[in-house]
Amino acid sequence: MKRSSVIILSVVVLLFLASWLWKASTLSSDPGIVNAWGQAFGITLAAFLTLAILSFLYRDNPFYKFAEHLFVGVSAAFWMVMGFWSTIVGNLVPRLSEGLSSFFKVPFDRFAVNYFYFIPVILGILLLLRLSRDAGWIARWPLAFIVGTTAGLNFIRYLRSDFIEQVSSTFVPLLVGWQGFGHFLDNLDLSATGQLALTVGNWVISLGVFCGLVYFFFSKAHTGVFGAASRVGIWVLMITFGASFGYTVMGRISLLVGRITFLFKDWLGLIS
Amino acid sequence: MTWAPLVSMSNLGVVISLAVIGGGLLWLLYRSLLAKEVDRRVIFLFILVSVAAPLLFPMTFEEQATPVVKAIFDKIESLPEGSRVLISFDFDPAMAPEVQPMANVVTQHCMVKGHKVIFMCLFATGQALLTQSLELIVSEQFPDKVDGIDYVNIGYKAGNEGVLNVIVSDFKKMFPTDVNSVPYDSIGVFKGIRSCKDLDMVFTIGGGKPGVKEWVLFVGDPGRVPVAGGVAAVVAPQMYPYYPKQLFGIMGGIKGAAEYESELRKTYPQFHDVDAPGLRMMGPQTLAHMVIMAFIVLGNVSFIVQKRRDRRRKR
Repeated sequence: MKRSSVIILSVVVLLFLASWLWKASTLSSDPGIVNAWGQAFGITLAAFLTLAILSFLYRDNPFYKFAEHLFVGVSAAFWMVMGFWSTIVGNLVPRLSEGLSSFFKVPFDRFAVNYFYFIPVILGILLLLRLSRDAGWIARWPLAFIVGTTAGLNFIRYLRSDFIEQVSSTFVPLLVGWQGFGHFLDNLDLSATGQLALTVGNWVISLGVFCGLVYFFFSKAHTGVFGAASRVGIWVLMITFGASFGYTVMGRISLLVGRITFLFKDWLGLIS
Repeated sequence: MTWAPLVSMSNLGVVISLAVIGGGLLWLLYRSLLAKEVDRRVIFLFILVSVAAPLLFPMTFEEQATPVVKAIFDKIESLPEGSRVLISFDFDPAMAPEVQPMANVVTQHCMVKGHKVIFMCLFATGQALLTQSLELIVSEQFPDKVDGIDYVNIGYKAGNEGVLNVIVSDFKKMFPTDVNSVPYDSIGVFKGIRSCKDLDMVFTIGGGKPGVKEWVLFVGDPGRVPVAGGVAAVVAPQMYPYYPKQLFGIMGGIKGAAEYESELRKTYPQFHDVDAPGLRMMGPQTLAHMVIMAFIVLGNVSFIVQKRRDRRRKR
């Protein structure tokens, strides 16, 4: 290890200890807080890990790598433990065995007992055979079962909600509440829920969907009127991507606000 | 959005922050006109300042609820007292700063209206956030509400869409007890409820999978249950095609939460003194967006200047 690295590491460790000490003394003054040292350690560690991740914006460094690896390791362990306790203990055990239910301290559901649940147990064990070089091929059977059932289940749902319902949602009235031009001008409402806005909105939906579909129709050359509709389709797609980008920026800024609020409020106590 | 706080700014911190950001942007404009490159870390620094400054020196704006958000508010408002509402916390800590304010504000609204609320989650890590919201909203702001009678926390159940596929026809099969091991039949909130079809509405908050889309696919459409969603901004554009037929309302990102908080404050003035994280976060959002827009303009200025310079050289 380089001398400069040792110095930087020492400084970070000293800063961590100083921050922990300061946070613990701050929290100790609040009589409502139990285990101030433990809480102070948690907050300080979270703050330093946040800073370690953010340090990547400057450039790649060992602190970032440490935080990243720690996150991956903790996540893997967390999901393994959660998988056991929520799926095997939470869903399977109470429906199979009273003895195991009392061992794991989960309420046994005698009305839900069904020995068909042994089938997923066997399939689950077969899935683990992937770890064996000789018997690994057997793992393809439970995998095929998972793929088949998921595809079957989703096929119906997606066909109904993402195709039929979406097609029916495209058939919108192009003249909303139309009672003649005179009535329209007399009751002109420019609000977002007014007749004009709803009519324009429905035109945008109908033309947008039509032109978007034209753009993806490749069996005819995109020339003339067809080409013009296709170019409108590109514009519709570009506006959609722009809206997505705008929303993504908002989402990412919200997450940054969340982290900075944590640093300023929970760690440094700068804001109430 | 009104600009009154900016016009009548008396806060010195806000003025200094805006001056620093504005001065920096002018310096960058000068560099752009000279077609000089800007290090990406300078952009990160600007974003940091534009987010941190409104947090240190609060800057709030008044929001006006858009029809997509107002639809959710009106639905909860129009339901008679004692209606059964299901709120699902389908998010993890990574999404929480953005979507937890939505969960909290809808919980506040349901509680103040006297609806019976069922809380659940399809994300394992959502359980802790659900408990956090219950402590922050129900226990602190509505101490008279009784667990099991006015609301119930049935917690997390593994199985993703599989859980929804079951509860659309039978709740008890998937949730025989609540998180405190109280049997289904002994919970007052579930009286007369056999499946999701018996609910008056579902509000699901998420941004991943399973999330709002899965609720539409597995519960809303097959069970004809009114579903509304609060979604992370990244997913919001993908949810709009479901509005208004399959999702009767959408809250997209922190802006959606801020609009709802504003609407709740207008209708129920008692919430004026309660923390509104959505509205609080709109200050940094606005400033950061203005900075990003300025950078887009500066980038294009620099690009055009560079292009003209290249043309002149070729001649």
